[in-house]
Amino acid sequence: MHRRDFLKTMGVATGASVLPFLRFLPAEAASHKDTLVVVEGNSINSLDLHRKGTNRPSYQVTVNIYDRLVRFGVKTLEDGTMAYDSTKIVPEVAKSWTISKDGKSLTFKINPKAKFWDGSPVTAHDVKWSFDRAVSLGGFPAVQMKAGSMTKPEQFVAVDDMTFRIDLPQASKLTLPDLAVPVPFIINSKVAKTHAKKEDPWATEYLHKTPAGSGAYKIARWDPGQQFVYERNDKWALGPKPAMKRVIVREVPSAATRRALIVRGDADLYMDVPAKDAKELKEGGKLKVSGAPIDNCLHVLGLNVKYKPFDNLKVRQAIAYALPYKDILTTSAYGRGKAMFGGTEQTPSTITWPQPFPYVTDLEKAKGLLAEAGMAKGFETTLSFNLGLADWEEPTALLIQEALGKIGIKIVVDKIPGANWRTAALVEKRLPMHLENFGGWLNYPDYYFFWAYQYGHLFNSSNYKNPEIEKLVDETLHMETSDPKYAPNVKRMIAIAFRDVPRIPLYQPYLDAAMQKSVGGYVSWFHRQLDCRTITRT
Amino acid sequence: MGTKLIQIGRRLLQAVPSVFGVVVISFVLTRALPGDPAVYFAGAMADAQSIAQVRKALGLDRSWIEQFFIYCGNLLHGDLGMSLNTGRPVLEELMTRLPASLELTFIGLGLAIIVAVPLGVLAATRPGSWVDHLCRILVTAGVSLPTFFTGLFLIYLFYYLLGWAPSPLGRLDILYVPPPHVTGFFTIDSLIAGDMETFVATIKQLILPAITLGLFALAPIARMTRAAMLGALASEYVRTARANGLSRFTVLGTYAFRNAALPVLTTLGMVFSFLLGANVLVEKVFSWPGIGSFAISALVASDYAAVQGFVLSMALLFVAVNLIIDLILTLIDPRVGMDV
Repeated sequence: MHRRDFLKTMGVATGASVLPFLRFLPAEAASHKDTLVVVEGNSINSLDLHRKGTNRPSYQVTVNIYDRLVRFGVKTLEDGTMAYDSTKIVPEVAKSWTISKDGKSLTFKINPKAKFWDGSPVTAHDVKWSFDRAVSLGGFPAVQMKAGSMTKPEQFVAVDDMTFRIDLPQASKLTLPDLAVPVPFIINSKVAKTHAKKEDPWATEYLHKTPAGSGAYKIARWDPGQQFVYERNDKWALGPKPAMKRVIVREVPSAATRRALIVRGDADLYMDVPAKDAKELKEGGKLKVSGAPIDNCLHVLGLNVKYKPFDNLKVRQAIAYALPYKDILTTSAYGRGKAMFGGTEQTPSTITWPQPFPYVTDLEKAKGLLAEAGMAKGFETTLSFNLGLADWEEPTALLIQEALGKIGIKIVVDKIPGANWRTAALVEKRLPMHLENFGGWLNYPDYYFFWAYQYGHLFNSSNYKNPEIEKLVDETLHMETSDPKYAPNVKRMIAIAFRDVPRIPLYQPYLDAAMQKSVGGYVSWFHRQLDCRTITRT
Repeated sequence: MGTKLIQIGRRLLQAVPSVFGVVVISFVLTRALPGDPAVYFAGAMADAQSIAQVRKALGLDRSWIEQFFIYCGNLLHGDLGMSLNTGRPVLEELMTRLPASLELTFIGLGLAIIVAVPLGVLAATRPGSWVDHLCRILVTAGVSLPTFFTGLFLIYLFYYLLGWAPSPLGRLDILYVPPPHVTGFFTIDSLIAGDMETFVATIKQLILPAITLGLFALAPIARMTRAAMLGALASEYVRTARANGLSRFTVLGTYAFRNAALPVLTTLGMVFSFLLGANVLVEKVFSWPGIGSFAISALVASDYAAVQGFVLSMALLFVAVNLIIDLILTLIDPRVGMDV
C-alpha cells in the first residue's frame, strides 16, 4: 500500500465513523402492569447459593426460585411497613410437621401440590439430597446449617416419598427457623444427579448456571454483570399466585445513576438504598420509601480487650459515655436507624433485643471514668473501618474521632479495603478500635451473643471473654423461649453487655427500599433481599 | 514486503519477554496484596474450618512456586482460570467485556479526533484568535474535569432533566436483546444482522459515555495537533510552498498537516491506552459491562485469576496498539524505518 492510498482510505474510514446524529426520543417507560424493573448496586455471581464463592447478593435468586420446607410469616408494622415475622413459621413445601416429645426429631409431611418446574413432584428424597448437599459442600451453607444443629447427612432421613425426618443431637429452638433461611432450599435431585460428575458429585457446575427448582419464579436469563430476569412459574401452587409476571433486575453500580433511574420512573423498585438517598427520596415525596429496622442487627464500635487500655472496664465505659450518639444517628445514618442509647435501666427488665444501652453522651462522666482508670491525660489509638461500608462508617469514624478528642483520646482513622477487612477484623481480630455491623439471621438475643460475645467466635472482634457469658450462652442457645430459665438468662446476658461494653451499639440500622407509588406488597426480610412473590402493582 | 514481514515478526518477538515479565509480575503482585481470598469467599459466617476448606479448594494451600507453574501450564492451554467473583471462566468474561470497552473507547476516541484535530489545526493557523481561545478552554476543561463528573453531569442534564438520552443502563435498553454475537461490537453485530432498530438503540446508549470519554481524550490530541502544526507552519518547506504560490489548502493539508501528523499519531496511541484505563469510572457511572468494572471488582475481592487475566490481556493489547502505530508511522513517513 502506498502512503498516499493509505491516507485516502483513512479519510474514508474516519468519514464513515461519524455518528449519524439521531433525533432523541424521550425514554419510553419499559414497564407494563405485570413487569417490574428493579435496580441494585451489586452483582450476583451464581444461581447456586451452596457453591463456593457465591456472594451475598446472589442469595436473592435462591429466595425467589427455590422453595424451602417452611418460611416465615409476614407482619405489618405500626407505620404500615410490612416485614417478615420471626415468630411465625408457616408451611411451604412441608404441609405439616410434628416434633417428637424429646424435641430431637422433626417429621415433615410434604405437600403433594409441590411440583418442580419439569412437572415432577417434590419428594422427601429431593429434600434429603438438597440438605445433604448443604452440609457437605462446606463453607457458609455448612456453618448456617450447623446453627440449626444440622451437621451430618445421617441426620436427614427420607422415611417414604412424602415424609422427611430430621434427627438432632439435642432439641433446639433454632432448628425450625433455620429451615426458613435461604440455605436449605430444595433442588430437583433427579435433574441435578444426571449432571453430577465423579469429581463434582453435587453438580455445582451445572446448578451454578442452570437452576432446577420448584419456586414461584424461574430465571429467564442471566447476563452476568448486567442483569437477570425472573419469570413467573404459573404452576406454582404453594401460595397465592404472584402478581408480577416478569421481574427484571438491573445491576447499576453507581448510586447516583440508580437514584436518577428511580426518580425518572425508569425503574420501579430500588433495593438497599443508602441512608442519605433514602432520607432525601422520602422527603421528596415522589416515591415511596419502605424501611424497617433490621432485626438482631447493630452497628457497633468494637473495643478490642486484647489491647491496652481497652482491657480496662472503666476505659470502655468512659468511651461509651463520650460517644456522640445523636450526631451519629442524624449525620451518618441520616435518621435511618433506631437509637440504641439513653436506656434507663442498668439491668434490663425485658428480653427485647436489641434495646437501648444505659449510656448517653456525658463528657464529665467520661472524664471522671478515665481518671479513675489512671488515664486522665488520655491516650492514642487507631480506629479502623471497612472502606466497603464507607457510606456510614466514614462519617461515623470522623464523629467519634472528634468526640473522643474532647476527653483526651487521640485517634488515627485507618481505612481498610473490603477484601482485607474480614481477615483483619474478624479472623485475626487485630483491630484495637473498629466499627462492626453484625446481624443474626435467626432473631434470638442468645444467637447474637453466640456470634458476637462468645470467645473465639467470628463476630467477637473484640476478643471479649467472660466465663459467665460463655456458660449462659451455651445453656440458653438451644433452649425454648418458653423455658422458665430463658428470660432470666437472656436478661443477665444483656446486663453483662450493658456493663462490660466490649461492643458499644451506635444504632440499629434500617433496610430501605424506594419504589414508585404504584408498587405495593414490598416486605422487608431478614436476609435483606427482595422476595418478588408479594409485589403488586396498581 | 517480505522484509517487512520479517521486521514485524522480529518486533513481535521483542514483545515476548515483556509479556512474560507481565505474567510473573501480575502473579506475584496479586499474591502480595494483603487480602485473603479464602476468607473473602468463605462467606459471611465462615469459621476457621470452612475457610481452610475453601483455601484447599482454591489451591491456595500450595506453595507460590507450585501455584505459578500450574498457572503457566494452564495459560499455555489458553486457560486463564475461573473468576471466583463472577463465577465464570476469566477468558469468557474477557471475551464478552473487552469488546464492550473497546467499542466505547473507539467511538470516544473517534469523537475526540473529529473535534480535536480540526480544532488544533484551526487554532494553529490563527494563533490568538477566538478559535485558539476556544481550543484552550476545551483543552483545559477536558483535562480538569474528572470523567465521572462529566458523566454524571451529562446524565443529569440529558437524561434526568431533559429526558433526551435513554436510561444510562449499559449497552442496550431493557427492551432490546443483544444482536447475535459475531464481533462482540453491538454496533457492528446489529448491522450484520440487519437489525436497524437495535443499531439505533446501541448508538443511543453509546452517545453519552462516548462524549464523556471523548471530552477527556480531546485535550492531549488538540494540544498536540496545535503544537505540531505551529511547528510545521513555521518551517522552511511551508514558507517555500507559500512562496511558490500554492493554494492555501495544499499548503495546509499536504505540506503542513502531513508532517504534523506524526507526533499526533504517536499521541493517539498513548491516549488510546490511557482511555482504556479511564474507562473504569465511565463504566461505573453508565453501568457499562466493560473490562474496567470487572477488574475493579476482582481487585476488591482479591480474585487472583481475574486480576491476572485482566493485566495480561491489557499488556497484550498495549503491545498490539504500539505495533499498529509503528506500522502506520512507517506507511506515512518514509524516514521511520522498522530496521532500527
